[in-house]
Amino acid sequence: MSIQIKDVSKAFGSFQALQDINLDIETGELVALLGPSGSGKTSLLRIIAGLEASDNGVILFGDEEMTHIRTTERKVGFVFQHYALFKHMTVADNVAYGLKVRSKKERPSKKEIKEKVKELLSLVKLDAFADRYPSQLSGGQRQRVALARALAVEPKVLLLDEPFGALDAKVRKELRRWLRRLHDDFHITSIFVTHDQEEALDVADRIVVMNEGKIEQIGSPEEVYEHPNSPFVYDFLGNVNVFHGRLEDGTWRNGADSLHQQALAYVRPHDVAIERQKSAEDAVQAEIVHIHVVGRTVHVELKQGDTDRFLEAELTKDRYRELDLKPGETVFVRPNQLKVFIPEDYSI
Amino acid sequence: MAKKKWKKHSILPGFGLSLGFTTLYVSLLVLLPLAMIFVNTASMSWADFWATVTEPRVVASYKLSFGAAFAAACINVVFGVLIAWVLVRYSFPGKRVIDGLVDLPFALPTAVAGIALTTLYAETGWVGQFLSFKVAFTPIGITIALTFIGLPFVVRMVQPVLQNFDQETKEASAILGASRLQTFVKVIVPEILPAALTGFALAFARALGEYGSVVFIAGNMPMKTEITPLLIMTKLEQYDYEGATAIAAVMLVISFVLLLFINGLQWWTNRKFAHS
Repeated sequence: MSIQIKDVSKAFGSFQALQDINLDIETGELVALLGPSGSGKTSLLRIIAGLEASDNGVILFGDEEMTHIRTTERKVGFVFQHYALFKHMTVADNVAYGLKVRSKKERPSKKEIKEKVKELLSLVKLDAFADRYPSQLSGGQRQRVALARALAVEPKVLLLDEPFGALDAKVRKELRRWLRRLHDDFHITSIFVTHDQEEALDVADRIVVMNEGKIEQIGSPEEVYEHPNSPFVYDFLGNVNVFHGRLEDGTWRNGADSLHQQALAYVRPHDVAIERQKSAEDAVQAEIVHIHVVGRTVHVELKQGDTDRFLEAELTKDRYRELDLKPGETVFVRPNQLKVFIPEDYSI
Repeated sequence: MAKKKWKKHSILPGFGLSLGFTTLYVSLLVLLPLAMIFVNTASMSWADFWATVTEPRVVASYKLSFGAAFAAACINVVFGVLIAWVLVRYSFPGKRVIDGLVDLPFALPTAVAGIALTTLYAETGWVGQFLSFKVAFTPIGITIALTFIGLPFVVRMVQPVLQNFDQETKEASAILGASRLQTFVKVIVPEILPAALTGFALAFARALGEYGSVVFIAGNMPMKTEITPLLIMTKLEQYDYEGATAIAAVMLVISFVLLLFINGLQWWTNRKFAHS
């Protein structure tokens, strides 16, 4: 089911949580709402679920207006960051809850419910845990129960609020993959909120980057990562180096001066090349401060010779061995690919 | 087989010391005085004892005492939960005052409460004159007095549980399509049940032993509105110490069995419902 959000605004007291949000989500899409805390992403999700009322604006599921439909009747699935499982019910009872509370007319028979629960528990690979209580499960298992519970009512829309936020890195990655596969199998229109850019890039079909109650950019993971349309998005979607420079006849030059328009160049660490010899005019002299090896990549921290600003570069291990870098050495640094922003009020 | 280990390994030292102290303290403060009741009673012959404790007037008082205490505790569970709910869920002017008022039955000398209630509910009293049935000097009046003194227990037990109740659990229930009533019955009640039961047990126990507030409103008519604690007092005033302790012993045993049963129930609900 497609979702349309039109001019939705929401204020909590004097705090403007959302401001004129417009967003179309197509049927079967998996969309990530990405932003720092306080950016309004969770508020937007809760408004879609009907847990919060928007101050103005309209929400449509398909052609049906949902703005004044109560949560209970919206038929959405919702997964909370802290699971929100019913502590006093077994895993099986938790999953069955949404079916059991239906009115007699719509409620499946006991046998059907039992089968459905069994099917869902095997889907989330928790068949053996049906009679356990949530307190006897690990975080990752609890979140899988929560997902099965949300899916039991066959929602047309699945909403996930930082679903993996409370889990450790390895489980998180696993569940992420699993969610992606699940989505590919079932094609439920899904929206998930996250502040983890890696998670959003990894899982989503489309990413909606939010900041201070507004949408900064909407696009595919590749689009937002490769072509961020604002310094905020650039900064939020990964590590970044900023070179302070100037615009000369439409091209960027390193080093600011008072004659030209100031311009900032944003460069990702893996687009920073380190060289022993100065090969180009815009290469900058820098001193290696620190080197640390993480798996197959080598992170090199440098101090720019001319401005004393710190830079971060990422090399492959081969390149690192070739250069034979040591802390304290002086090298030249060249941005391979940069994106130039004219500074307004945004400062990094 | 190795010696059975009943003492679990713990990083906190002083298990022996603290257990020893607890045992001593409870013995001195609770067990010893209670044991005196049985020692005193033991000086009676079995026939005398049986005759005293099964006297029709005494049996009628047991029924009244336990019945009224039970009814009062039940009323307190229902309205105590309601008050706790309102105090936790809503904010309104005067909330702090009401919150403070809840504890008042604890602080008030019970005789004062008894006199006040009697004045109100007497046939000519402010409330009593509007009622078509008699309240003061009937079991209803006794139940009202016992409800009054037991009110804080349930409220104060349930309040913190409701305060810590995870809002998201309720939201999850609503999203899954449950009506408000279903959410209340299936999600909230199980959560507060252990605390409400504890409150019930406390209110019940307190009501069983209550004397001061009841004697005024009860009217103390033999066979009709005479509670067991009053009978004990009467016997004491007649220097019938053995008779008094005999009735006390019976009451003590019944109370203990009932409280043990409620405790068992609590333990069971805790195991079943409170998986945190």
